[in-house]
Amino acid sequence: MTTGDKWKLFLTILAVGACLFTLWPTFQFYSLTPAERQKVLQARPAAATSEAERERLQEMEDLREKAIKLGLDLQGGMYLLLEVDTSKLGRAEARNAVDQAIQIIGNRVDQFGVAEPSIARQGENRIMVQLPGLLDQDRAKSLIGATALLEFKLVKTDEQARALYDRIDSYFARKRFGSADTTMPDTLRHAFTSRFLVAAQGGETIALSSEVAAIDSMIAELARDSSFVMEATLAWDSHEDEFQGRTGRRLYPLDKEPLMRGSEVATAQMRLDLDQDRPGAPGVSFTLTTRGGSMFADITGRNVNRSLAIVLDNRVQSAPNILERIPRGQGSITGNFTEEEAQNLAIVLRSGALPAPVRIVEERTVGPSLGQDSIEKGFTAGAAAAIGIVVFMLIYYRLSGAVAVFALVLNIMGLLAAMAAFKATLTLPGLAGIVLTIGMAVDANVLIFERIREELRNKRTVLNAIETGYSRAYRTIIDANVTTLLPAIALMWLGSGPIRGFAVTLTIGLIINVITAVGVSKMIFDAWSLRRKVSSISI
Amino acid sequence: MFQILHGLNVDWMGRRYFAYIISGIMLTASLVSLIVHGGPRYGVDFTGGTLIEAAVRPAPTPEAVRSAVERAGFARAEIQQGIDRPDEFLIRLGVSEAGTDPAPAVEAALRSITSGTQVELLRVETVGPRVGGELRSNAIKAVFLALGLILVYVAARYDWRYSVGAVVALFHDVFISLGVLSILDREVTLTVVAALLTLAGFSINDKVVVFDRIRERKQALRREPPDKVMNMGINETLSRTIITNGTVALSTLALYLFGGDVIHDFSLAMLVGAVVGTYSSLYVASALALELQLWGERSAGRHRTTSSTGTAGSTRRASSTK
Repeated sequence: MTTGDKWKLFLTILAVGACLFTLWPTFQFYSLTPAERQKVLQARPAAATSEAERERLQEMEDLREKAIKLGLDLQGGMYLLLEVDTSKLGRAEARNAVDQAIQIIGNRVDQFGVAEPSIARQGENRIMVQLPGLLDQDRAKSLIGATALLEFKLVKTDEQARALYDRIDSYFARKRFGSADTTMPDTLRHAFTSRFLVAAQGGETIALSSEVAAIDSMIAELARDSSFVMEATLAWDSHEDEFQGRTGRRLYPLDKEPLMRGSEVATAQMRLDLDQDRPGAPGVSFTLTTRGGSMFADITGRNVNRSLAIVLDNRVQSAPNILERIPRGQGSITGNFTEEEAQNLAIVLRSGALPAPVRIVEERTVGPSLGQDSIEKGFTAGAAAAIGIVVFMLIYYRLSGAVAVFALVLNIMGLLAAMAAFKATLTLPGLAGIVLTIGMAVDANVLIFERIREELRNKRTVLNAIETGYSRAYRTIIDANVTTLLPAIALMWLGSGPIRGFAVTLTIGLIINVITAVGVSKMIFDAWSLRRKVSSISI
Repeated sequence: MFQILHGLNVDWMGRRYFAYIISGIMLTASLVSLIVHGGPRYGVDFTGGTLIEAAVRPAPTPEAVRSAVERAGFARAEIQQGIDRPDEFLIRLGVSEAGTDPAPAVEAALRSITSGTQVELLRVETVGPRVGGELRSNAIKAVFLALGLILVYVAARYDWRYSVGAVVALFHDVFISLGVLSILDREVTLTVVAALLTLAGFSINDKVVVFDRIRERKQALRREPPDKVMNMGINETLSRTIITNGTVALSTLALYLFGGDVIHDFSLAMLVGAVVGTYSSLYVASALALELQLWGERSAGRHRTTSSTGTAGSTRRASSTK
């Protein structure tokens, strides 16, 4: 062996060692049972109670960090592409709004308790959210997409409300019949209020659920007409209720301008003991900032005996009566919440309101059982392909085939190690990429071996045939790999989500392929041929 | 030595007109199918809409699923029963009105088929119409970018004639694969586009190997006519072509058989590509390069036994002097 060969061998062994070291956590992590793995995924060192536990959780988190990550298509989970509606904002504001939205959504997701969420900006005004693992999809979506524009608005007094509804009624009567003739039937004269179950008894305006859409369109009609100036906003209750044995919804006439906004909320908690009338019913208690506290004291002091509506995204959550001045900047929201809704409301209040509405433009959810199924199938397919190829290589090229198989194993190992090191994600198309890498690796060796056979047929010596075979095939292999690499790069550039996973594995695989298929297998041949007098070769 | 297809001496180029007819038939069939179907059948990825894959147990009939989904208010839903799993259904819905999320409604509708029906949503994909359009234009860009890069690389490494032959062969392969998908009424999704690009990569890989050998032979046999040189190149690399494409076909067949529904279309596209790609390596690419060369010689008005010599550099020089 020459010094150069020794160095090559040394470097190869070093590289193999590094690969094994990099892959060790992955091996450990995926040899856990699914239940144990779930536990590791949820490990939060910050939440540990003792030093020993903290250390153990930290270890688990390190393990999770270093193991190859599985894409959502393999482990199940949710992929959302959100679009921030910045149409009503200026240029600089828009840019800011997206950054802010990312931060706020990040906070909300954190509190939702998903392991390894990933949130990233995509393009101008889009945000990609990936939530791996099992979760309540509807809840996740409503939590992430909720604007959470929280406002405190005074409910109009009964007199104000009655005056407003009278004006609305006569507006529609005039618009549709030319005048508000007192001899007209009631339903025509009171086109608006007659749609309510309890017609305009002060602020108590309740509509049957079936009427809500019709009333909404009338409100929209009013809003479109600039000649009708409405000094109030009308907002529905966030929940349906039972009224006289039928389901309906309450409509509130509110002041247009809010007295205070949700930005003044410092913290919020879900609690079960807030409503004295209904003990155990979920609600949200909140604490205001110092500024908010003094504003709140002022507001409540000036409006005793009025109702203050707590409005979230233009839906009234509750409208309690102000009994007295509330000085300490604390308050609560009760209503017809389920525990989950109260929890969600507390989360969005804590993490703040989105600066602009956010829409879901793309959504992909994979159930965990399908993911598990896909992994199993992917590995079955990979194993079947690998076994078929190994058997073929061993039969067709015998000992040389074994060298090729060894190089192939190194190739796959290197590919996986590189993925772990670069923190790349293994997706289902990624598994397909590995299968294709196997194909390319085999091709490289087939090219070399066929060439060597050809040279042997031309009566060259074994050593000469090997040398010529490698040097001639090398050029072809480079060309072949580069031309396959080009589409992979195009995909990496333009592909989205899952496709990119495919392109990444294929690209890494092809690069390693050139090293292992040509370099490592040549080294083995060299080592073998230099040790003895070679007169024949098993190929 | 265990060998397949060694020492063959097939006159590939002599029969190239026969291949043109075969290619013509395959291309026409693809084109006709695409026209009849009104273009490729784009999946939810590209059109926007919702795809729901659900396991419903006990397995209902597709008609029961259809009427349940229709009752939920989705009149134009497409229902497809799982190929090897009768209790799994693919439900495709068009783009829904803004803001409504069809998945819970469909889930509830499926659950109501019979009392005690178990429903599990395996997969839900919703793509907005605008995003779908963007994904489609990105996919088209990716395909053209990839083909463009290959064209430039092959032209730089070999000869513009080979480059043209190779890229035409790639279009040929991709188009026929699309055609086969269309004939089988399969959807074109993002994954299928990835498969098409990969097969383009594989196919070009194949052609490069053949070109490489042809170039090498040309160097040694300057006096032989170009079609004979090409035949030699193809014959000498034939066993490698068969072995490589065989192993690729084997890999993708494994994916097709064991990979499950999710990569079914991917592996099908790859499988078709591997077969068509092998054929086009033998015929389309080289034959086209040959035609271009012969055409060049005819228009130069004199018969030349060799049009270029040896290395890539001198090949370029030779072609530029014309």
